[in-house]
Amino acid sequence: MKSVFFGAVSATALIASAVYAEPQAEVLHWWTSGGEAKSVAVLQEEFAAKGGTWTDMPVAGGGGDAAMTALRARVLSGNAPTAVQLKGPAIQEWYEEGVLADISSVAEAQGWADVLPASIAGHMKCEGTWCAAPVNVHRVDWIWANADVLEANGIEMPTTWDEFNAAAEKLDAAGIIPLAHGGQAWQDATVFEAVALGILGPDGFRKAFVDLDMDTLKSDEMKAVFDQMRTMRGFVDDNFSGRDWNLATAMVMNGEAAFQIMGDWAKGEFMAAGKVPGEDFLCASVPGDGFLYNVDSFAMFDVDGDDKKAGQELLAELIVGQNFQKVFNLNKGSIPARTDVSLDEFDSCALKSAEDMTASSDNGSLLPSYAHGMALRGAQAGAITDVVTAHFNSDMSSDEAVNMLADAVANSM
Amino acid sequence: MTDLSMSRPQGQSRTGKIILRWVLYLALGLFALFYLMPLFVMITTSLKSLEEIRTGDLIALPREVTFDAWRTAWSGACTGVQCEGVRPYFWNSVLIAIPGVAISTLLGAMNGYVVAQWQFRGANVIFSLMLFGCFIPFQVVLLPMARMLGIMGIAGTIPGLIFVHVIYGIGFTTLFFRNYYVSIPSELTKAAKVDGAGFFRIFWSIFLPLSLPIIVVTVIWQFTQIWNDFLFGVSFSQAGTQPVTVALNNIVNSTTGVKEYNVDMAAAIIAALPTLFVYVVAGKYFIRGLTAGSVKG
Amino acid sequence: MTKWLEENTPKLVLAPSFIAVLIFVYGFIAWTAWVSLTRSRLLPRYDIEGFIQYERLFASPRWDTALNNLFIFGILFIVIAMVLGLVLAILLDQNIRTEGAIRTIYLYPMALSMIVTGTAWKWILNPGLGVEAMVRGWGFESFTFDWLVNPEMAIYTIVLAAIWQSSGFVMALFLAGLRSVDGEIIKAAQVDGIPTWRIYTAIIIPSMAPIFLSAFIVLSHLAIKSFDLVIALTGGGPGYATDLPATYMYAMAFSRGDIGQAASSAMIMMMVVFAIVVPYLYSELRSKDD
Repeated sequence: MKSVFFGAVSATALIASAVYAEPQAEVLHWWTSGGEAKSVAVLQEEFAAKGGTWTDMPVAGGGGDAAMTALRARVLSGNAPTAVQLKGPAIQEWYEEGVLADISSVAEAQGWADVLPASIAGHMKCEGTWCAAPVNVHRVDWIWANADVLEANGIEMPTTWDEFNAAAEKLDAAGIIPLAHGGQAWQDATVFEAVALGILGPDGFRKAFVDLDMDTLKSDEMKAVFDQMRTMRGFVDDNFSGRDWNLATAMVMNGEAAFQIMGDWAKGEFMAAGKVPGEDFLCASVPGDGFLYNVDSFAMFDVDGDDKKAGQELLAELIVGQNFQKVFNLNKGSIPARTDVSLDEFDSCALKSAEDMTASSDNGSLLPSYAHGMALRGAQAGAITDVVTAHFNSDMSSDEAVNMLADAVANSM
Repeated sequence: MTDLSMSRPQGQSRTGKIILRWVLYLALGLFALFYLMPLFVMITTSLKSLEEIRTGDLIALPREVTFDAWRTAWSGACTGVQCEGVRPYFWNSVLIAIPGVAISTLLGAMNGYVVAQWQFRGANVIFSLMLFGCFIPFQVVLLPMARMLGIMGIAGTIPGLIFVHVIYGIGFTTLFFRNYYVSIPSELTKAAKVDGAGFFRIFWSIFLPLSLPIIVVTVIWQFTQIWNDFLFGVSFSQAGTQPVTVALNNIVNSTTGVKEYNVDMAAAIIAALPTLFVYVVAGKYFIRGLTAGSVKG
Repeated sequence: MTKWLEENTPKLVLAPSFIAVLIFVYGFIAWTAWVSLTRSRLLPRYDIEGFIQYERLFASPRWDTALNNLFIFGILFIVIAMVLGLVLAILLDQNIRTEGAIRTIYLYPMALSMIVTGTAWKWILNPGLGVEAMVRGWGFESFTFDWLVNPEMAIYTIVLAAIWQSSGFVMALFLAGLRSVDGEIIKAAQVDGIPTWRIYTAIIIPSMAPIFLSAFIVLSHLAIKSFDLVIALTGGGPGYATDLPATYMYAMAFSRGDIGQAASSAMIMMMVVFAIVVPYLYSELRSKDD
């Protein structure tokens, strides 16, 4: 009985709103708490200011895993949300299932192709049409340091991995934990890809983690990456297993540890504690060339109703709009995806990130982060992470790890 | 009734009895400490400021007690673009849990009564099939269930969530009641039948009054399962029908933001209060000797 | 007509539940079996491709670990929680004055969502923050309790937290059982001068056999489905040392977009469970039939 009743209500609601076609959007996202929620609230306010009705469908957890669970259930029950926070190759995967809407008209009217770096624009397209709108660019390959600790021990920010190792040994001898790290699979993978970028170089990184080239995956350079990971393991304290990344950041803040390798969301943690970049803490890209990005974006799902379609177009326009790109990223610690936003109010770390992004985009070293689901589909990325974390948390040799890596990737196809 | 302590065999001395009693309380107390340990950590953390958590010992007592985190968790923490704490989601959970518990408990009692007392050919096979159903991993049923709910037109609604909880609850409720009723002698049913009482009448006036302890257990189990369920709640809800666990999860999980442990802990305790309330209220009906005298066969 | 209705009431009462179980349990198992034979990725597809997913599953070292962990975790958890639950129920059944309060203390862990409680446990078990640091602080410098960060031992921390969470419910189940035991028989035994412990082992506990079945089913259900616990406490780590089939399945289905693989792992998991549970159920139900 109830179902009939509910069906009737939603049917009348549909008819009523179709007449006016007011922009409607049910938005599934996983930015639910603190600064992230405030950032997404900015979008909701803009949307409402333009006459739209925003229905919030927040699902946090596991870096979007829970949201993806809910998304599948919604799609299968024939009740897909209007807009969904999706990123990386997952966008194309969903497109292949035939459930995404085309937003090319907005993208072309707004000239997205001219303002987005080419490699980032590539993630937003599905077989030539625009199917997602980018929100921000997080840089993943950062190394954060406690300024006082480095000064007290006479250490400069390292520019090669050898320098890093030398500095770490010195710190170790001085009784300071060289590297703050949390032993969770994704954190292990974050450190791993930073090391891999430095040792393999941008081309090698692309071959290994974008093209999944078997020769590169089995190469001696890859062994060297695992060797360095083994060395890094020695720079981590004994109690790192399962530690949340922000507790590791707190260790750097307190001077208990010197360095942390983490994306630029770590900056938000320093800032929240009232620390000043350049004075209390330092940010630098990890040794080596290149820029690993983690871009959040929204994809629009195929839905019925003019009001919802109007909502999708308005939402796409606002997301890539200059104002939202600025306000959102100031809140979140990342930088705008479009390159023509004024960066006056951003801090020194963000400025460096924006500068490096433009430079690396020009020389072809602007690369997707594998650890954060930008480079590979879930099955392959997960298979690599399994090996990385198993190696880091055991006494596996680099030879074994490289073989396991090749097997796991082959098995995940 | 298993009231042994009051009427021990004579030979034991009085002091011996007192010592035994002390040992008993000591053991119960030690276990209580073990169970309370994590709650202690959660409560102390919820009373600290974020500053203190960041700088201090995580398991120490708070240097300065503040209730800000509790206020924030109840009515200020962000669970998405709304920052109204867990409060707005409570009602959804209540609307799901109460009918869900009531329906599945009632069905379980009836089913258990049939399987235990009104055996027919194949009843045990049906019961076994229902039991194996308890082992199906919920992750497996998510996708086909989503499709079914879509077909039935209750996807994303509260009736849809109640339906799912009842379906996957009846295996357990039937099990509890069946195993409780099996130990009630079947002569009781037979005698009542001879007296002319029917199926429902025997259930209503003989079995139900005997069932308080097992109803308590079933309600505790079902209420906990439904109230604490996250997987179904997150998959089969939409904006406006999300239960409190989804809100809690949204408060707790910040992918790249600052983690407010004090608010997390307070929110978790608040979200658990209704379940605790049920334990306390329902627990009263565990009274000793409730069944005394009735079960004589 | 009324006569027919009277005779068939029991069947009619049972019918709706039975049909629901057929569709929503067995129908879905059949669906899973079908999907496990396909190459489904993000969403289910229905073109049968053979046993490729099972081959992939058994080539995966992570699945190996997960299945092993299920045995270690399952056996320890079920046995310890059952024994502890029974002991607590017997202790609590001795006319304890504060029974209500103590019972609630033993039960409350079930009420707390593991999403957050996992964090508290993580701190308690972390050698640098929790029990180890505390005991060392008392002057026992050599005290070590580092299960959480030791890949060999981490699975036992999951056992510990799981027992903490569920033993209270088992206690409640046994308590209900104890209170349905016929007082007359016990009184008779006491009159005969049989010692208390003998009354328990020879009369009361055997009479609660059906309750053991309930406890066993509940605990095995919890053991196979332990998911939140692992995610919150260890996240499957260190490495993937504490992965369980449920977490493996979830990772494959929902974070990795590999539904075919998830379905095959679910099938294996159900087969393993059935192989263990069916004989037990068979013997339990069998003896009641006579």
